[in-house]
Amino acid sequence: MELLTNQILAGIATGAIYACMALAVVMIYQAIDHLNFAQGEMAMFSTFVAWQLMQWGVPYWGAFIITLAFSFAGGVVIERALFKPLAKAPILTHVAGFIALYAIINSVAGLTWDFTIKQFPSPFGSSPFLGSQLISTHQAGMIGVTLVLLVLLYLFFQYTRIGLAMRAAATMPESARLVGINTSWMIALGWGMAAAIGSIAGMLIAPVVFLEPNMMGGVLIYGFAAAVLGGLTSPFGAVVGGFLVGIFENLAGTYIPGVGNELKLPIALALIITVLVVKPNGLFGRAIVKRV
Amino acid sequence: MSAAEDVATDHAAVAAVPKKALALGPAASLVILLLLIATPLFVKNFIIFQMTMWLIYAIAVLALNILTGGSGQFSLGQSAFYALGAYTSAILMEHFNVNYVLTLPVSGAVCFLAGYLFGKPALRLSGIYLALATFALATAMPQLLKLGVFEHWTGGVQGLVVTKPDAPFALPMSQDMWLYYFTLAISIGIYLASVNLLRSRSGRAMMAIRDNEIAASAMGVDVALYKTLAFGVSAGITGVAGGLGAIAVQFVAPDGYTITLAIALFLGMVVGGVGWLPGSLAGSAFIVFVPNIAEGISKGLSGAVFGIILIVIIFVVPHGARQVAYGAQHLIGKLRRN
Amino acid sequence: MLSGRQLRLAALSAAALAYAATTSGALAQKKYDTGASDTEIRIGNIMPYSGPASAYGVIGKTEEAYFKMVNDAGGINGRKITFISYDDGYSPPKAVEQVRKLVESDEVLAVFNPLGTPSNTAIQKYLNGKKVPQLFVATGATKWNDPKNFPWTIGWQPSYQSEGQIYAKWLMKEKPNARIAVLYQNDDFGKDYLKGLKDGLGARAATMVIAEESYEVSEPTVDSHIVKLKSLDPDVVLSVTTPKFAAQTIKKIAELSWQPLQIVVNVSLSIGSVMKPAGFEASQGVLTAAYAKDGADPRWDDDPGMKKWTAFLDKYMPGADRTNSNLVYGYGAAQTLVKVLEMCGDDLTRANVMKQAASLKDFVPDTMLPGVKLNTSESDFAPISQLQMQRFKGEKWEPFGEIISGEVNTN
Repeated sequence: MELLTNQILAGIATGAIYACMALAVVMIYQAIDHLNFAQGEMAMFSTFVAWQLMQWGVPYWGAFIITLAFSFAGGVVIERALFKPLAKAPILTHVAGFIALYAIINSVAGLTWDFTIKQFPSPFGSSPFLGSQLISTHQAGMIGVTLVLLVLLYLFFQYTRIGLAMRAAATMPESARLVGINTSWMIALGWGMAAAIGSIAGMLIAPVVFLEPNMMGGVLIYGFAAAVLGGLTSPFGAVVGGFLVGIFENLAGTYIPGVGNELKLPIALALIITVLVVKPNGLFGRAIVKRV
Repeated sequence: MSAAEDVATDHAAVAAVPKKALALGPAASLVILLLLIATPLFVKNFIIFQMTMWLIYAIAVLALNILTGGSGQFSLGQSAFYALGAYTSAILMEHFNVNYVLTLPVSGAVCFLAGYLFGKPALRLSGIYLALATFALATAMPQLLKLGVFEHWTGGVQGLVVTKPDAPFALPMSQDMWLYYFTLAISIGIYLASVNLLRSRSGRAMMAIRDNEIAASAMGVDVALYKTLAFGVSAGITGVAGGLGAIAVQFVAPDGYTITLAIALFLGMVVGGVGWLPGSLAGSAFIVFVPNIAEGISKGLSGAVFGIILIVIIFVVPHGARQVAYGAQHLIGKLRRN
Repeated sequence: MLSGRQLRLAALSAAALAYAATTSGALAQKKYDTGASDTEIRIGNIMPYSGPASAYGVIGKTEEAYFKMVNDAGGINGRKITFISYDDGYSPPKAVEQVRKLVESDEVLAVFNPLGTPSNTAIQKYLNGKKVPQLFVATGATKWNDPKNFPWTIGWQPSYQSEGQIYAKWLMKEKPNARIAVLYQNDDFGKDYLKGLKDGLGARAATMVIAEESYEVSEPTVDSHIVKLKSLDPDVVLSVTTPKFAAQTIKKIAELSWQPLQIVVNVSLSIGSVMKPAGFEASQGVLTAAYAKDGADPRWDDDPGMKKWTAFLDKYMPGADRTNSNLVYGYGAAQTLVKVLEMCGDDLTRANVMKQAASLKDFVPDTMLPGVKLNTSESDFAPISQLQMQRFKGEKWEPFGEIISGEVNTN
């Protein structure tokens, strides 16, 4: 029984990582109706920028704010320079663009900061949380920040005009334009916000997994999986999805004999696909009605 | 959460390709064929080896083109079928001493079955969800290949070394040259069969599904059958490519069949022009040769150079090599008129 | 008409002259295979400069810089080294392509220090078939020491199995009743170590090894594996991990306020890449086995060998991260190759290169721990098979005990 609780708690701790990333994924999906494969790399790059600032003597929160602003601006610039010109190109070409972006950012990060792992500080420290040795204060902090971000995102999309405009621009661009929404800038804004959220995710994840150019590779796929499980239109779903994936993965690894450990990721993904077959829009997503 | 449902007009995820664009004109085809046949006689064995790999990946890209360009199903999981085909051939050759030629149809059949079986549950998924499912398949495959239970057959993480065949009937050519012509013959066969498939009723049914699934279903097309068939055919062809790959490289290991391969095949399809079968050659050339070019330009930034070249290509020709071919055709047409 | 005596003198001188001519002719006779000439020796290499193992790419860069240093000092017996290194992205098919390019297009004399077990397995048959030396491969897989079946392949670093056996020997002596949990990377690297450990424990492996927990390189963190291991209550944890995961392991164990005896494998003993990020406090008491000196360890500041290493970095790799153990590795391997090529003299055939590589006697590169010597013979293709245990204390490694030999043959 104790092992079960321990694994669930550990699963929640890893799940917080996935939930963070999943929020960024949902954000970009809300903006452009697609997933950006380079999301993880952008988050990693932002984290390196923060690290570099701290190496130059900037205190943590200063570096945090500057990185946030830098990431937002970076997201907007990438969208304007790279993806706006491709607006009329087929979707698959966009995906190729994401992949190209991934390759470029990963390579540049590798050259600039090399591949040795680096320590990244946590504003929450890493002592045991509430006496529990399984969750450190940092991991508790990570869960807390994720929940705060979640609430902020929910409020943004539900109750602000810009949030509504962004959703409209993503799902029904022609109608949105007719109503006077500048869909082009909505997309840029979405990219900026996604990049900023991604950078927060990166800065929260790095203290746990250690900072290096390939740090987000594994995390991104879990983030996608969590977002899809929870429903790509629901930030709440993304967070729940993240925790569920983390917990399920751990339990599968611990209790499925023989292959459970080696097939953790495929089993987690298989679970998600099973859920999708039953609930095609994820646990909390909204059904999209397609017009013929 | 609002109670209203989101309503979205569903644009076709994959743009339709006009039927006559499925193949090259006869003149261009002949020129390319002659080049493919003649070149190996003048170059070193190493170049012949590279050309063989180029053809093998072209077959795999072609398979993906049938699946995505033909039936509109997005797949990031082709590397799984490639691996399955490669290992099937390798295991048959090394453990059961089967002749290499006979292993290819077996690989194809095994992968066809695997693709068909995967296509069934995948019926309910589309777009991003299907992408995730295929991605899951691609990440699962190296793990499955490493599993202890299969280690006796697969060699586990160590992989299997495969023996390269000699030219038959003591023909005076090197192993590489023989393998190249063997691969070329198979590629041509698969290409012709694929073009035929897409022009046939089944092909039209698939393309109808691609353009608008609901409308196709309303018109009486058996969507389930054709979608799973498309998966099966695509997987089968990829399996044959995998088998050839195993023979050419003389080695199979889980590390050679990661998601990176699936992504590379996807890029090959996009660069070649989605749905345009001859583009598979161009796309394959991109994924085989451009990384080497990028490495030549800058070893430290080879990934970045590769990414930049890719971006330039999709900026200039978003529809890939198909756009270039059309442009050339247009130009020639104009010059002829003047 | 010459007198008899004059004739005899002439004959003698002629004979002497002829004798001198032939012997010095034999000495002055140069023998080359493809890739070697009066002015040049072409050496090929493949490294993962991109992809999941790109952290090791710096080894190739270090070797390139080392050969430049050698060339600047006049080369080897007057010949300059042309070092051609290609990226294989840690993918076996790519490795095959690149090695064929090196042999058939770039026409190198030998392939030196190719990295990665899958890549080396892929190219081994080809290189042996073409009789091209596969020198000092950059992987510790035990199977490279097989001169009977693969006479053209020779390893360099201590094999993983021999290291595992050394840990087994030490544990049986110091902690005979230990409950050992092994966390290992699920690939040939991890499995090789595991085998070495279990072989070394022999019949006792069944009772001593209470857990074998594998993880995948694609996992973001191994924290949940550590949690699982803790619940089984072992008193020794053998961490068969690469640097990132080794650091995560040390950190998590400390966070759990758990204090088993931790052994971390040689691949992850770099202070800068592992102990420092994990936290010095968390790393106290961790054990490992080493064959080379750590560049970040101030104890070697006055060591003549390391002083050469530092001078080399200052001039040829300024700005390089001294705490990166790959820099030490690359230097040591390159120095070994240069020694072998020197030993070849003017006979630069591939056969002779292998012969010299198999004739190393007590060769000590600048970077080896005192007491570690490289030895090879016709039946022993494992140049380094000695290790010394070290304990992490304060901010550096403290060697203890003697140099232990771990000989493992595949035959």
